[in-house]
Amino acid sequence: MSTKTKLITEPGREVTQDACRVCAPLGACLAFKGVEGAVTLLHGSQGCATYIRRYLISHFREPIDVASSSFTEETAVFGGKANLLAGLDNISRQYTPQLIGVATTCLSETIGDDVAAVLRDRVPADPEEKCKVLNVSTPSYSGSHADGFYRAVRSLVSALTEETSEVFTQRLNVFPGMATPADIRWLKSLFKAWGLEAVVLPDYSDTLDGGLWDTYQRIPSGGTSLAAIRGMGGAECSLEFGHALNPADSAAVWLEECRGVKRLLLGAPVGVAASDLFFHRLQALTGRDFPADLSAERGRLIDAYADGHKYVSGKRAAVYGDADLVATLALFLLEIGVTPVVCAAGGPVSAFREVMKGLVPDFEERGMEVLSDVDFDHIEQATARVGVDFMIGSSKGYKAAKRLGVPLVRVGFPIHDRFGAARQRLMGYDGTQRLFDELVNTLLSHTQEATGLGYSYM
Amino acid sequence: MPSKLTPEELKQELLKAYPAKVARKREKQIIINKHKDPSANGLPTTNEVLANARTIPGILSMRGCAYAGCKGVVLGPTRDILHIVHGPIGCSYYAWLTRRNQTRPVSDEDPNFMTYCFSTDMQEEDIIYGGEKKLKKAIDEAIAIFKPKALDIFSTCPVGLIGDDVHAVAREMEAKYPDVNIFGFSCEGYKGVSQSAGHHIANNKVFTDVLGLGDLKKPGKYRVNLLGEYNIGGDAFELERVFEKCGITLQATFSGNSTYEEFTSAHNVDLNLVMCHRSINYMADMMETKYGIPWFKVNFIGAESSAKSLRKIGQYYGDQELIDRIEAVIAEEMPAIEAARATHRPSLEGKTAVLFVGGSRAHHYQDLFHELGMETISAGYEFAHRDDYEGRHVLSSIKVDADSRNIEEIEVHPDAELYKERVTPERKAELLAMGIEMNGYEGMMPEMKEGALIIDDLNHHEAEVLIEKVKPAIFGAGVKEKYVIQKSGVPLKQLHSYDYSGPYAGFKGAINFYAEIDRLVNASCWGLVKAPWQSSPELSASYAYVG
Ligand code: SF4
Ligand code: SF4
Repeated sequence: MSTKTKLITEPGREVTQDACRVCAPLGACLAFKGVEGAVTLLHGSQGCATYIRRYLISHFREPIDVASSSFTEETAVFGGKANLLAGLDNISRQYTPQLIGVATTCLSETIGDDVAAVLRDRVPADPEEKCKVLNVSTPSYSGSHADGFYRAVRSLVSALTEETSEVFTQRLNVFPGMATPADIRWLKSLFKAWGLEAVVLPDYSDTLDGGLWDTYQRIPSGGTSLAAIRGMGGAECSLEFGHALNPADSAAVWLEECRGVKRLLLGAPVGVAASDLFFHRLQALTGRDFPADLSAERGRLIDAYADGHKYVSGKRAAVYGDADLVATLALFLLEIGVTPVVCAAGGPVSAFREVMKGLVPDFEERGMEVLSDVDFDHIEQATARVGVDFMIGSSKGYKAAKRLGVPLVRVGFPIHDRFGAARQRLMGYDGTQRLFDELVNTLLSHTQEATGLGYSYM
Repeated sequence: MPSKLTPEELKQELLKAYPAKVARKREKQIIINKHKDPSANGLPTTNEVLANARTIPGILSMRGCAYAGCKGVVLGPTRDILHIVHGPIGCSYYAWLTRRNQTRPVSDEDPNFMTYCFSTDMQEEDIIYGGEKKLKKAIDEAIAIFKPKALDIFSTCPVGLIGDDVHAVAREMEAKYPDVNIFGFSCEGYKGVSQSAGHHIANNKVFTDVLGLGDLKKPGKYRVNLLGEYNIGGDAFELERVFEKCGITLQATFSGNSTYEEFTSAHNVDLNLVMCHRSINYMADMMETKYGIPWFKVNFIGAESSAKSLRKIGQYYGDQELIDRIEAVIAEEMPAIEAARATHRPSLEGKTAVLFVGGSRAHHYQDLFHELGMETISAGYEFAHRDDYEGRHVLSSIKVDADSRNIEEIEVHPDAELYKERVTPERKAELLAMGIEMNGYEGMMPEMKEGALIIDDLNHHEAEVLIEKVKPAIFGAGVKEKYVIQKSGVPLKQLHSYDYSGPYAGFKGAINFYAEIDRLVNASCWGLVKAPWQSSPELSASYAYVG
């Protein structure tokens, strides 16, 4: 590999060099994986489905089905209706799913296929039918995989959630965003322990991090049930994790506007402060006390911060990836005494600076550069300019980190060069603990390698 | 336990879940191998397979798109052509070559663009108003910064539909930058039925716009090109080593560890060696017509096959010095091979493999398994055509359908100056008598046992049935199949990307492969896995639109 750094310095360039985001339908596929008995059909040519499967599978290391309506040149010219219907029919025979989520691709959007109209016309809206079909519009030329994800979650809720006048106290909707399967699993057990009836959507904790199959499963078991989604209108409130998500794409906003369920927007509980806030909200909602073991976890985390401060305090980092994760990690980094001098959202997130300003009002004085809609070349340039001790984000930042000679802490999507992405834990005190340990160890290992002196005591 | 099903029963199991129309089509793509009279002149010597046919919507195919075949497979592995993908970001991102193909620049000054991923990242306004302006600006920028000798443009699905003319842009930009060879590919993903269309499109353009522009002649007495070798896991490096040892000069490889300049001068050879027939046979044929360069099929996957292929080269030249040197190399390489085989064969012998991959690998890798005493009981390609299954003698009987007709067949004529007949018809006949068929490929099926199940364009559902009913010791396919297979306690070896290991080609590669298969098949984890299978119920289609 040629190691020369060639950076584009011209502002406003057109060519995207090493993108820091993926395309919208990928996010939709991920969201639908979190619904029980669901299969995704991508409406377009099969290449998109194949690529997206490959990317998701390599990250989660689990089987992932994504079907395609397999356009040919003819379909591209005359429209995809026949292919769509044939596709639905074939999926439903092979997989007998409970739900088929149809997401569009750039191709079907460009030719202006009206998927909703096709489905409305041709598929009976019979509530007795075993398989539901819904659609979400996910052209990649507007937005990123994160947008596709949120839109798909919102489409699930808007298509399925029933109106109800009953409100069940102690029932909660939870929209965790693009969380890891392990974090979703943690959330579920937490609510259970707290005696809350929580519907987490999506829930791919089993489908994307499952055990071996002792019986053969056409669609892996697990996922939020359709019945649970239907009943989301009866919850006391919806907890939604996020900082930068567009209200127009938010499932909780839809539930608030159309089903009268109060929305509580919170940052993902990563770090002491964000976890404190999350647990206090839960406490207030349930009127029940903080479980004692959580206090112990909190204590251990702060103790670790104290023990690790000499390795991290005063360091500088570049954090990149999906806007929500970048904001979440930036807050965590500040909390442990690291300045995230580059905070870069790969997707086109309109008000990312404002979002960050809301979270860290003095970010400019702290020397933090907040960027959105940037590629890895922009990120590398910004990082090279200000200088950092480490980078934190997906595997795709490896090339930049290597050239800059700094270590990389892998968090987010995609992680294709490390094992266990599905089991990564970030949330809560113990999740933060693991992230903190990994971060410190990454820095230690870098120092150890760099000295070349053979120290085994750091 | 291996299945007690007959091939016919197994076939019926595979077809069971399909509606009648789908079953009728798949039936022609799932074939029980049967050998017919090999002397049948020009007639199929095996059963006929329906291949290169459309994938049915809603069936989870392994196939990718034309763009993937053009950008990802054929052009991607060339390090110093700057590739720009014209389209929305996803297509470009997914074809970012970050590990699979390797390359080795000769010096620090030698450019390598392979680890970059350039895209015009089309936005909504580009879709509405057209993206040519953006593309031109992207080319300006890329040239200003990277100063490449050549730059190519790949069209993804939306591009063709909004009417962007990448060829006109290429011409205009080439006029602006006369020192840069700029060319475009109309490789929109909806063209053809699989990656295969993209291979053809790539072959055509490289042939018309690149080949013959240079006049590099690498030193050596025996100069050849290797076509259809993509340097997965360093395969090309091993082959370069072997060729050098034999005193054979590799002028150009299409396209593992290759450069633009090598492409431009690929006509300065005596012989083309075709490795992956599917992806590159067009190029071999066109070069023969235009320059008189003959080709034959080789296979460097497997130690025996490698030795056989090298001997073929020696016989082609008919030069005793070369023949002797090749024999000396084989003799030198073989002891290590025998030793490795003696170590690994006992724990693998008699076990079975199934291979579903690519357009040639499902064939080539059978040789390696065979060397380990393992039989391939079922195999199929992802994007091959009938000739890759049944042999090139069926070419004339392949009907050209609408999807293939969309891909340009370019007319090639002998070059007035450069055409030179390398082998006379008499010599061809002599070579044939020695077992060297010029322009020939016998395909996968004649080499497989009778009763083996041939499955074209295997899908997710069939892979699951296969694993349940056949339980092979190892499944060779790609990452998309990997985890569903492993969930049932069978190891999967990725034969597209080699699970990021390798090389497996040539002699050293064979040794690596023996050890790898032993390590995977006999891994301790399988002892902990048990997968009691149960058949899944069949249900009919029924669904309701809910929004
Ligand atoms: S066409 Fe659009 S949806 Fe398909 S891979 Fe490309 S960017 Fe993604
Ligand atoms: S949009 Fe077309 S070119 Fe891009 S990945 Fe999909 S099928 Fe391939």
